Amino acid sequence: MSDNTLNLTLRVWRQPNRNAPGKIEEYKISGISTDSSFLEMLDELNEQLTVEGKEPVAFDHDCREGICGMCGIVINGVPHGRGNSLDTPTTTCQLHMRKFKNGDVITIEPWRAAPFPVIKDLAVDRSAFDKIIQAGGYVSVPTGAAPEAHANAVSKLKADRAFDAATCIGCGACVAACPNSSGMLFTAAKITHLGLLPQGQPERALRVKRMIGKHDELGFGGCQNLGECAAVCPKSIPLDTISQLNRDLIASLFKGDGKH
Amino acid sequence: MAVTGLVLIAFLLMHMIGNLKMFIPVYVNEVGETVNEFNHYAEFLKQDLLYPILPKGVFIWIFRLVILACLVLHIYSAVTLWLRANRATASKYTVKKTIKQSFSSKWMRWGGILLALLLTWHLIQFTIVPTLAGDHDPRSLVIAAFQQPLFVAIYVAMMLVVYLHLAHGFGSAFMTLGANTSPKAERVLRVIAHWVAALILVGFVAMPFSVLAGVIN
Repeated sequence: MSDNTLNLTLRVWRQPNRNAPGKIEEYKISGISTDSSFLEMLDELNEQLTVEGKEPVAFDHDCREGICGMCGIVINGVPHGRGNSLDTPTTTCQLHMRKFKNGDVITIEPWRAAPFPVIKDLAVDRSAFDKIIQAGGYVSVPTGAAPEAHANAVSKLKADRAFDAATCIGCGACVAACPNSSGMLFTAAKITHLGLLPQGQPERALRVKRMIGKHDELGFGGCQNLGECAAVCPKSIPLDTISQLNRDLIASLFKGDGKH
Repeated sequence: MAVTGLVLIAFLLMHMIGNLKMFIPVYVNEVGETVNEFNHYAEFLKQDLLYPILPKGVFIWIFRLVILACLVLHIYSAVTLWLRANRATASKYTVKKTIKQSFSSKWMRWGGILLALLLTWHLIQFTIVPTLAGDHDPRSLVIAAFQQPLFVAIYVAMMLVVYLHLAHGFGSAFMTLGANTSPKAERVLRVIAHWVAALILVGFVAMPFSVLAGVIN
């Protein structure tokens, strides 16, 4: 175990705050276990920086189990550092140092998109996603007794698609990967999740207009169907959800309750 | 973007079939008339299409206006999306890799600009100048043009840019219109796009090469 250690050169984006300009700084780090996770490697870097009396690198993280959507770093030009060209994409916290070789130079940057301003170093403000959800990513459930379960049959196909779309953790890798900084995959995942289930029907036509309207208003780019987003999505949200969004949007143009 | 793009592709297919009529040589029919299929087709488009529903020579202008409107709207949508993307990606990565994006999709915007320039040249050469000069023999015009290797080279270059544009654009248009229903549908759409683009490329460059080689004269 102890034989498998790495000596690495890290090129890390350092930016003191939202308004200050940032730049890449280089750090050497040694003795990193191949069994450690990428974030544990950054923890070690921060200990080293603290000992040296330097400011530690700020980065987002929370569960470190790949389910919360908090972590997110662009590693060597790929959001979360992996992408499906090598393996199934994962979150940054599920990326392990065994994926790197001794002597590697690793470039570490924050998500870059106008609607995701950098707060500090690698931490970005992703509250734009919350605003898109607030615009329509919900169902209104009237209070009262629970409805009889068999009254709302859902086909297995739709239930599966809705569930797959619902696994989106809102990490923002789709936006980070997109050459247009589009948030369509995130928006489409919620549209698909709610639009395929009975509870989502009453607001379906309005939801897509409101969410895509908010998405555009917040300054995200448009979709070119390139597929970069789906290729880095740690939850493998498929690109076809975006076509689902477009179908719902086209359908909403012909619906009275789709007036916005 | 998608709708206007598909209309323009439909136009290209029609244009291609028209061009392929160059392969029918001028011949004398059984009653002794000289038949020039290509010129006849050009004349039909400009004068007789939808006649007598509309007066002679009217439909071609409606047709041109529709195609021009599609071009203008297509370019307008592209510019709007480009500007939005530029604002959204104002801060650049020092290292950025693309994983899935096809080569053709990287050329959509600059390729589009190139196409607009080449198309302008193409229209000046084959539509505007002959019309102003009152030329009524498009077959001879085409042959004269494509006997020059330089014109063939520029034309083929233009069609290669069209190929790149459609290899992404055709599939992407259908995805935008909602046809991407599954990962399999996405693969099928991307393959069909390449085939449609290849069909248009071959269909358009076959004639100039044949003129250059002296097969069509």
